[in-house]
Amino acid sequence: MTSRRVCLRFAKGLVFLLPLAFLGVFFIFPILALFDISLRPDGALDLSAFARLLTSDYYLGTLLFTVYQALISTIATLLLALPCAYVFARYRFPGRSLLLSLATLPFVLPTVVVALAFSAVLGERGLVNDMLRLLFSLDDAPIQLERSLAIIIIAHVFYNFSVALRIMTSYWSSMGFHAEEAARCLGANELAVWRDIRLPVIRPALLSAGALVFIFCFTSFGVVLILGGIRFATLEVQIYYQAVSIFNLPLAAALSLVQIASMLLMLLVYTATQRRLQLAHEGRSAHSARPHTRRERAAIATTVALMALLLFSPLAALVWRSLFIAGQFDIAGFTGLAEKTRASLLFTTPLEAVINSLRFALIATLAAVVLGTVASFMIEERGAWSRLVDPLFMLPLATSAVTLGFGFIVALDEPPLDLRSSWLIIPISHALVALPFVIRSVLPSLRAIPPSLGEAARVLGAREFTKLQTIDLPLVSRGLVVGATFAFTASMGEFGASLFVAQRESVTIPVVIYRLLGHPGLASYRQALAMSVILMLVCAGGFLLIERLRGVGVGEF
Amino acid sequence: MLHIKNVSHTYGKLVSLRDVSLRVGRRDIVCLLGPSGCGKTTLLRIIAGLETNYQGQLMLDGADIGSTPVHRRQFGLMFQDFALFPHMSVADNIAYGLLRRGIRRALAGAQVESLLERVGLAGMGDRDIASLSGGQKQRVALARSLAPNPRLLMLDEPLGSLDAQLRDQLALELRSLIKEQGLSAIYVTHDHREAYAVADRIAVMDVGSVEQVDTPRDLYLRPRSAFVARFLGMRNVFSLNHSRFTQEIGCMALPDEKRSDTLLIHPAGIRLGSSREGRMLYCDAQLQSKVFRGDYYDVSASIDEATTLFFAAPQVAAQIGDAVSLEVSLDAVIPL
Repeated sequence: MTSRRVCLRFAKGLVFLLPLAFLGVFFIFPILALFDISLRPDGALDLSAFARLLTSDYYLGTLLFTVYQALISTIATLLLALPCAYVFARYRFPGRSLLLSLATLPFVLPTVVVALAFSAVLGERGLVNDMLRLLFSLDDAPIQLERSLAIIIIAHVFYNFSVALRIMTSYWSSMGFHAEEAARCLGANELAVWRDIRLPVIRPALLSAGALVFIFCFTSFGVVLILGGIRFATLEVQIYYQAVSIFNLPLAAALSLVQIASMLLMLLVYTATQRRLQLAHEGRSAHSARPHTRRERAAIATTVALMALLLFSPLAALVWRSLFIAGQFDIAGFTGLAEKTRASLLFTTPLEAVINSLRFALIATLAAVVLGTVASFMIEERGAWSRLVDPLFMLPLATSAVTLGFGFIVALDEPPLDLRSSWLIIPISHALVALPFVIRSVLPSLRAIPPSLGEAARVLGAREFTKLQTIDLPLVSRGLVVGATFAFTASMGEFGASLFVAQRESVTIPVVIYRLLGHPGLASYRQALAMSVILMLVCAGGFLLIERLRGVGVGEF
Repeated sequence: MLHIKNVSHTYGKLVSLRDVSLRVGRRDIVCLLGPSGCGKTTLLRIIAGLETNYQGQLMLDGADIGSTPVHRRQFGLMFQDFALFPHMSVADNIAYGLLRRGIRRALAGAQVESLLERVGLAGMGDRDIASLSGGQKQRVALARSLAPNPRLLMLDEPLGSLDAQLRDQLALELRSLIKEQGLSAIYVTHDHREAYAVADRIAVMDVGSVEQVDTPRDLYLRPRSAFVARFLGMRNVFSLNHSRFTQEIGCMALPDEKRSDTLLIHPAGIRLGSSREGRMLYCDAQLQSKVFRGDYYDVSASIDEATTLFFAAPQVAAQIGDAVSLEVSLDAVIPL
């Protein structure tokens, strides 16, 4: 081996170390710090925080409620998505693919926006209450959903409907409908077809979607915090309260560990359900048909109407609420963004937060894309350790944002890594959250490149680096853009971690929206609405870009 | 028994069936033979009740069944991809139709056992669908559609996904199983050799319409259109515009009743040599190709630039390019 080649291998090793080092310092270390603070708050082993968790009805109640609301939300989501998925998989109708991709929009919307959208449509000051008050000339709001379990669940259904819909629709399409047609020929009526064929056929997808939705609802933070408040505290909200309001760090850390453990358990279940899903894919072509009978047309119309109502009315209400006040067009919410409303509580103007958010998102995206691409190449090397590295980089996905943010402020507050007062801590935390998304977007395109392409390039005289530059990178560019867009929207909307790490002047849009909601008065509320609309537009733009690029099978979601 | 009356069907602007009429008699096996995309499968789906927007009538023993829902028709349909229920065992798949008819599970079990035996899968009732080979899946699908003793059995390219060797054997087994149970059947295929082996009558379909319905033997000997002849693999179809062959063969003019704008020279009536027997036409030709097929040679010989005859011959001594004499039986000259 020539010294040049040794040098090259050394350089490659160094580059590969980068994402590992990033993960080690900004993920493993903070998580270990959480272990430390919960198990050894004063330097010696002390399990009293855990003892309190397990003996107190209050904290057990929190855990129970977290599971309970996630379960109800999951069941509601599946019940609604199942018939819709069938209609989408079974029938061709105008606007079908448009509606199917639009249905994914809520999924990329920040939790703060969703929470605000639901308060704009169902809240006390919401559109529905306004209309009812006007219609029946009432003084009080007739629908009292704010700070109720119902509104949390409705928001969760809104959020996760598209996830369940997508998983089940694509699975159903791939399975085809010959089995149910065969059953009908053999004498099965509609009920028997659902019982004997459709439900058993869709079961793997139903379980997989259910597991995923349950995970999302279990770790839901922004929606529960804003729409529910402390009365409906889930684990996430409880961690936040314990750490920030009561400053009981050992207890908050203990709660975080419970959270991490449950996440790992749920992910194990999810991975198991997903493996069965992939096994069942036999690559049969889709078999959708035009609707013919009146019943089929009615089913389609109901599905479309339901989706429009559930998915688009909150967003429309949000925009309407931000532009009209008492029926009058008024954009004071937007124009006021450059002013400081409550100097005592907000250190910046909302407009500065917008600039902050954009700046952090760009930095986080850049970092996540570079690190994620290197990590993807590393995983794709097919070395003995790649099987170890792949799940390692997915771990941030398995850790809730609140836990991450909490870990950051606990771990990165003293030299040599004192980042607590630096704004850098925000884009770093965002990059960590975005990293798995980038890898999951780049890796499939990378794996889709046949090895023979690289070999052909090498035979034609390309050096290892030239091959990378001329073959691999151009072929993964689409996946890269998708990953980058995911990273950007994730960073723009990130709430849980930002709420912990954002300080004074370096607040982001979601944090400012949350703070504004805490202020009394219509002016702050309207500013919050205006900020939400801006955030929604940015994320919707990113979403459109992803959807346009996704056509050719990019991304593993 | 089943009378398909003037059935038409469109996919958007595409006409997939145009005014199709067909009768299927009791214990009759009718083959729908045609190229892919000719509407064979659509016709099956209409008969089964899976396709509901069509014009025309379906009469079963004189009663209109157009409004009977799929699950009450008591027709069997065997899908091209078999459509076995992946989440059920072999036995549960076969029992499914019996249970839907309200037959008790214990009784159904006994029937399933005997069916498994008849299709050669005895003792495999507990097997998982995924563990079966292609041929075994085919047998399970057949057993499943036979089990409820359907009033009409429809099979959509049931051997399509199997390899050639297995196909020949299974085609015969299929026919004897259907006959044994005394069923009426419609059998869809694009392979004319398979249709010859299985059918009592064959309906040849071109895009959207039935071109000819006949017994296999009559169809083979007397194709009634250029499309049918070509689809049965006969290549000696000549039209007046392209060849003087339609008027005369060699130096011999055709009798008046054989003259036509389009003419088929049936390959079975062509041979090499000049025996000068009666009702024969003779002509000189040049040997174009000979391909050894084992029991015979595939031969082509050209009469002139526009006219080449294809046929089979047991022995060919001549070399390619040699001059040969051909004799054509007058019976093999078929005006279309």
